[in-house]
Amino acid sequence: MNKLIIAGKEFGSRLLLGTGKFSSHEVMRDAIKSSGSEIVTVALRRVDLAAPENDILSFIDRSKYLLLPNTSGSRNAKEAVMQARLSREAGLGNWVKLEVVPEPNYLLPDPVETLEAAKILVKEGFVVLPYINADPILAKKLEDAGTATVMPLGSPIGSNRGLKTRDSIRIIIEQSNVPVVVDAGLGAPSHAAESMELGADAVLVNTAIATAADPAQMAAAFRQGVEAGRRAFLAGCAPKKEKAEASSPLTGFIR
Amino acid sequence: MKKITINGQAADTTSETIAALIRELGIAPAGVAVAVNEEIVPRTEHGNRILNEGDVVEIIKPIGGG
Repeated sequence: MNKLIIAGKEFGSRLLLGTGKFSSHEVMRDAIKSSGSEIVTVALRRVDLAAPENDILSFIDRSKYLLLPNTSGSRNAKEAVMQARLSREAGLGNWVKLEVVPEPNYLLPDPVETLEAAKILVKEGFVVLPYINADPILAKKLEDAGTATVMPLGSPIGSNRGLKTRDSIRIIIEQSNVPVVVDAGLGAPSHAAESMELGADAVLVNTAIATAADPAQMAAAFRQGVEAGRRAFLAGCAPKKEKAEASSPLTGFIR
Repeated sequence: MKKITINGQAADTTSETIAALIRELGIAPAGVAVAVNEEIVPRTEHGNRILNEGDVVEIIKPIGGG
């Protein structure tokens, strides 16, 4: 199980975990632990003045986990760049999950604004991990712009529908020189395993774990799904065939 | 007493600076970033930046997100 390397930094886990939608910070902390993840995403929002002491950071040990602030809520490049700058100013580091989403129904990312923001943020020294639709040409353009990964979606955010973009993701994996992280829509450990079998370098999961009846147990299950898929990829899956091919010898039958 | 806007809400404050305002509001300071009138105020300047009447202040921090 060789290491995942993003922007020159090594990680032992190929599962990135989102921290949204957990029922409490305690439940989130336990799920992070059992996921084995080393990279966790957070969002940035206005401080709730009715609950100003609320502090997610006291539940994430930053000596163990790399924080990946996202730019969720941004509808265009300008807003995303502002959010990334704010997150760096907040002391959250210079890694950013770039997410530019102009519409609320399918939460699909805007490719033009994402590429524009990526170019600006790379120039400003950010390590940029862009969330994109599974578009091989866009993935290549982002790589050329200097992003640290590409993060194509499997299906819409929070939909739990799995790897609906499989064929396009296969092309992205084939062509990419930066790690490919399948992000969004993975609803079950089998979806994560499928992504990894295909050759993805990592997956990012949030909803499926956070909203499970037992998030810590589901986090452990995803961890195993990711590991199983990675092992299978390294081992090389046997090819598919149209017809049956006996596993037992076809000679020496007892008649 | 100054009238300012904090995170979209009208507010009165006696705080002289950003740092004082963060204390006044009882915000845990870890991971907080501040913009005034759409310009980011660097962390190191929170103690120096004087609040003026009519300032539009955004105070943000990390929360759970995917």
